[in-house]
Amino acid sequence: MPLTDSLRDDILAAVPSLRAFAISLSGNGDRADDLVQETLLRALANIDSFQPGSNLPAWLFTILRNLFRSDYRKRRREVEDAEGSYAKTLKSQPGQNAHLEFEEFRAALEKLPQDQREALILVGASGFSYEDAAAICGCAVGTIKSRVNRARSKLSAMLYVDGAEDFGPDDTVRAVIGGSGG
Amino acid sequence: MKDFKAQKTAAPAKQGGLNPEIQSRIGHQLRAMYDDVVRQGVPDRFAELIRKLDAPGGSSSDFGDASKTEGRD
Repeated sequence: MPLTDSLRDDILAAVPSLRAFAISLSGNGDRADDLVQETLLRALANIDSFQPGSNLPAWLFTILRNLFRSDYRKRRREVEDAEGSYAKTLKSQPGQNAHLEFEEFRAALEKLPQDQREALILVGASGFSYEDAAAICGCAVGTIKSRVNRARSKLSAMLYVDGAEDFGPDDTVRAVIGGSGG
Repeated sequence: MKDFKAQKTAAPAKQGGLNPEIQSRIGHQLRAMYDDVVRQGVPDRFAELIRKLDAPGGSSSDFGDASKTEGRD
């Protein structure tokens, strides 16, 4: 459909959650904003292929996710940005304990396999249904459900098991995390 | 951090090997992290991008200028 005023407003309205999704995926604010920009350009260039009445946020999230995955493959070998780049993107300064807990959570989230992380974020934070999340990720609903469950179990093991403060040499944690530490 | 650790000794899991209390804690942290970004709204950079594309005869060139977002912190 053509880019009407209301469609443009709807796209703008989706930008904050697109950014949140991009940052959760990439763990890096600058990279995330580049992803969002690229997503908007793609969306606007392909606006004719958007079906009026269908789920606009899901359509935009699908574009962003696909871009992230190709981008991720490209950048794998590049040097990762310094720790804390995520925190820099936050306006509010959480209290010390809350900040520490937040950092632990963020670090644990980054250790999840990409498939599980994105499923958990789409369902647990973006508020998509399992069906929408499955459409965004191009997989079956049951696959999304099991990815979300595995993501929760791993986070739980990393964050709430004794001796897991630095996700260190705890056998249970190591067993659950599997090969993702390499 | 005391109550944070107390979670570790909470009752054993019911469904899917996961304690509901821990599950809700994970959900809460996930949303807190996400909403922190959502609350920042739409940076000028993106509002401008869409406005430019919408303008009559607007071209899609030269959107690489990120200077608007430098002062984020």
